[in-house]
Amino acid sequence: MGGDSKYLGLWYVAPYVIGLLLFTAFPFVASFYLSFTDYDLLSSPEWVGTANYEKLFTRDRTFDKSLKVTLTYVFTTVPLKLAFALFIAVVLNYRLKGINFFRTAYYVPSILGGSIAIAVLWRYIFADTGLMNMIIVGLGGEPINWFGDPGNALFTITLLRIWQFGSAMVIFLAALQSVDKSLYEAAAIDGAGPWQTFRNITLPLITPVIFFNLIMQTVQAFQEFNGPYIITEGGPLKSTYLLPLYIYDEAFKSFDMGYASAISWVLFVIIMVLTLIAFWSSKKWVYYAGDKRS
Amino acid sequence: MTSVTENTATVSSVRDPEELQKKLRRKARINSVFRYSVLLFIGLVMVYPLVWMIGASFKTNAEMFSSPSFWPNEPTIQGFIDGWKTSTPYTFGHFFLNSLWIIIPKVIGTAISCTLVAYGFARFEFPGKKILFATVIATLLLPNVVTRIPQYLLFRDIGWLDSFLPLWVPSAMAGDAFFVFMVIQFLRAIPRDMEEAARVDGASTLQTLIYIVVPMLMPAIISVCLFQFMWTMNDFLGPLIYISSVEKYPVSLALKLSIDTTEAFAWNQILAMSVLTLLPSLTVFFLAQKYFIEGISTGGVKG
Repeated sequence: MGGDSKYLGLWYVAPYVIGLLLFTAFPFVASFYLSFTDYDLLSSPEWVGTANYEKLFTRDRTFDKSLKVTLTYVFTTVPLKLAFALFIAVVLNYRLKGINFFRTAYYVPSILGGSIAIAVLWRYIFADTGLMNMIIVGLGGEPINWFGDPGNALFTITLLRIWQFGSAMVIFLAALQSVDKSLYEAAAIDGAGPWQTFRNITLPLITPVIFFNLIMQTVQAFQEFNGPYIITEGGPLKSTYLLPLYIYDEAFKSFDMGYASAISWVLFVIIMVLTLIAFWSSKKWVYYAGDKRS
Repeated sequence: MTSVTENTATVSSVRDPEELQKKLRRKARINSVFRYSVLLFIGLVMVYPLVWMIGASFKTNAEMFSSPSFWPNEPTIQGFIDGWKTSTPYTFGHFFLNSLWIIIPKVIGTAISCTLVAYGFARFEFPGKKILFATVIATLLLPNVVTRIPQYLLFRDIGWLDSFLPLWVPSAMAGDAFFVFMVIQFLRAIPRDMEEAARVDGASTLQTLIYIVVPMLMPAIISVCLFQFMWTMNDFLGPLIYISSVEKYPVSLALKLSIDTTEAFAWNQILAMSVLTLLPSLTVFFLAQKYFIEGISTGGVKG
């Protein structure tokens, strides 16, 4: 399309550029600035230097607790969810009749899971006399105090997100189905067992999607809000008080915009550092077809 | 290499090919039985909460806490009737309409803006393209949490609080990087021959986009619309921050309100309204599930 002005393409991406500047770039910079201010919405932001961060790291017990809960949540939910998604994808990746039926059944919770309606359902399922305890008692067990016990409450949210493994599974399944079948035949001739085949052929070939899922799920898990807000309301004893909940309360309940921005930035830096570590380490374990190193 | 020859030797050492066939077939059968059992068991565990929820919405409040079975003993639609009335001056239908007024501009705006932007990125060279495309990827990974507060302040300053505008305008400016990325990936996989032919025949780039590219992009655009529909239906934090008057509540906020205001948790009402809340998404999903699966595979894998 040689005859066109070289700026023509820019016109097409103009909506994106304007949106990027207004709704992403500017807020991004502004939130960094705000994190060094004291701002209660009534008077204009007042510069306080690093006071917010000092308070966060030295005196704020709630932040310590919230950070710990958030890391526990992310580092249990993401590996469990991905392992489960991969396991099911591997089981599904076989010439089975009805594969589409199962794929759909497993995907439905992913579609609905973000809805408040599901969080509401969860709240009922794990209530003292809810579905879960009725089943446990029916099987002869002792009812479990899901929401009253700080050791259990976070797990109910983890379970909700594992239940939504479908979208990660669909991505794994697509990758598994694109693995060259002749490699499996070669492995079978070599006498490799199913585990060896999986470990040495399947797994290396799908590392790119493992990497993709890992990053996306981690970024998402760090921002979990609906689950703890609706199901456990952060409790008991702040055992499900994830950082996004703390940020929301500081910003929109206490109207402490400066302090909330500082917490947001700490959360952002944690996510960014972990993402960078993942990208950096990916050179060592992610296999790309046609890559000379492998 | 040595291991290959060794193993080939083992296979050929099974003299009787018929016996080998039988052995393989038996193995395959055990394999599928195992796979089906795992899939069925997990599928049941996965789907039961949903099935149970639908059954429970037809139960009386007393029955709900007495039996783990999903089947209501004395089916009643009282939960739906009471739930629909809500504790506010509005019916639940009013809140559904509010959701609709957010969804319509958001979905249309997303579809149009993402198509334009993806076309720009996938088919043109222009100064700064590399950097701009890098920002798409960066935004994809950027946690919303870090931009949320200044966005709120921005919308407050231009007087958009307690309106639907903050909920859809950013998306109509191709603000959801995931969708932009998905359409770009899809467009890159489409050959340019037809477009070039149209250009030779004197069509402008815009005409080419509308008459040649959009029809070919349709599956991707439909995926975008469907995902955006679901996500907007599910969105809770956005309305929670921006919508303050009950009159403008979308369904997600109305549901939360019903938990907060229902005396002693009339669970049958709450679950009945939850079922209704899920119904549009479920219907759309079952009518168009192939677009979801394709969409997620395109956006995810080809990246």
